Amino acid sequence: MHGLRLAFSHLRIGVMNEFQYRANLYIQLLQTFIALGTGLVGLNLVFSQTTDLGGWNKAELLAVMGVFTMTGGLIRAAIQPNMERLMEEIREGTLDYALTKPADAQLFVSVREFRLWQNTDVVVGLIVLGVALSQLGWLLDVWAVLGFLSALFMGAVMVYSFWLIVTSTAFWFVRVNEIANLFEGLYAAGRWPVDIYPNWLRYGLTFLVPVAFAVTVPASALTGRLTLQTWLGALALTVFLFVVARVVWSIGLKNYSGASA
Amino acid sequence: MKRYIDFYITSIKLAIMEQWQYPIANYFYMIGMVAEPVIYMVVWSAVATQQGGTIGGYTPAAFAAYYIVWTLVRSMNVVFTPYGWEWRIRQGQLSMSLMRPIHPLHNDVAFFAGWKVVTIILWIPLALALSFFFKPDLHPTFLQGVVFFFAIWFAYLIRTMTLSILGMVTFWTTRVSALFELYFAAELILSGRLVPLSLMPDWVQRAAWFFPFRWAFGFPIETLTGNMSVNDLFLGLGMQIAWIVFGALVVSIVWKFAIRQFSAVGG
Repeated sequence: MHGLRLAFSHLRIGVMNEFQYRANLYIQLLQTFIALGTGLVGLNLVFSQTTDLGGWNKAELLAVMGVFTMTGGLIRAAIQPNMERLMEEIREGTLDYALTKPADAQLFVSVREFRLWQNTDVVVGLIVLGVALSQLGWLLDVWAVLGFLSALFMGAVMVYSFWLIVTSTAFWFVRVNEIANLFEGLYAAGRWPVDIYPNWLRYGLTFLVPVAFAVTVPASALTGRLTLQTWLGALALTVFLFVVARVVWSIGLKNYSGASA
Repeated sequence: MKRYIDFYITSIKLAIMEQWQYPIANYFYMIGMVAEPVIYMVVWSAVATQQGGTIGGYTPAAFAAYYIVWTLVRSMNVVFTPYGWEWRIRQGQLSMSLMRPIHPLHNDVAFFAGWKVVTIILWIPLALALSFFFKPDLHPTFLQGVVFFFAIWFAYLIRTMTLSILGMVTFWTTRVSALFELYFAAELILSGRLVPLSLMPDWVQRAAWFFPFRWAFGFPIETLTGNMSVNDLFLGLGMQIAWIVFGALVVSIVWKFAIRQFSAVGG
């Protein structure tokens, strides 16, 4: 309960902070539309040569793109900024200030930042998703929506755990700020359903970097591809990754000696 | 002249030593970068396979060759970013470089050239791994190899010039990320980065001739993977040199006006 309140007040501060820089909203909007535009160009180029890619048609892939944009926005709004700040603080030794606070350290370092304007991606992603679903002639189905929302939530938890594990390596390697670039590169793979990748890469994108669960699985739920088996697998992996992240973080924290501060 | 050569040799050495200390960080960076072409490669190979093995003259193995060479050319395209210029100007970091009896641009060119040496060495195992997985169809002639060597370094210089010009806009205004984003989007489509230009609609291919993008990206790749005539190879190198000279000219003119706008903030 205390944790929730803590997260909520940081959320509020983050929102208020962002409102100081309203012009950034327009820049963010432009960025969102450029990303969307280049994504659409790619999609159209592919579908000017073929009518189906790995069993997905154009409208279904548009739905994948919607989910991709949405989830990417969520990650950049709530997960990535926190992890980047953590990385910086480990290197600078200023993590001391966070560790002395009377709250769970992992929770605390995970909720401090929130980039409101990144949520333009979430809104635009939802619109793209809506357009795709109407092209598919989709009818509201409670189970599909529940599957979608739960898959999205599990995907977010998995991506968070992945980020925390990789960020925690900063306790040993110090200079790891290229991780953001690494993750963005790998996350971009989620623009396409993971079914099209060769096996070794598909496993990597499913279990190492949980891109498949963050994008393909939620999109599968909406396009009637999600099986109970996959859903249960996702649940198991979510719990597993979350526990691993907790363990790696704790071991890393023992290694932290506070560079200066 | 001698002092320039000394400066370059020393800066390049320093950059190599500095970057060699961070192999993990450099690898993270490169793996993140390699993900992009792998995605394109897989998507286009899947399309080619579905269309009976080839589209626009590209087989999956030809796509593999294109995108594996892509990774090296992309590394060569990494230069001091316009965002770096923004930071450098806003933070007053430029003041220090202005004190030196040499144009600050030389510093960028030399530092990144040194870094490139490290990048190329780290790239080799990565390219071998990619080749193992994707089996590229690549049989360059000796001449193609030589032209490719020059083409990637020319590409590096072209992109240094264009991005420096873009970065210098921040002397006048600091809200430039919108402009940068537009530039990068145009580059993505007109350079051959997203997909080989020959798969683009005709008008895009024709338009690409008039921008620097393809000369810094698609052309170097095609020198090695395509079957260009000797004539076209040298024509391309000529176009690259023309862009470098033109870019350098614009840089020096813009710099003259830009530097008058600079008022150090600190640093």
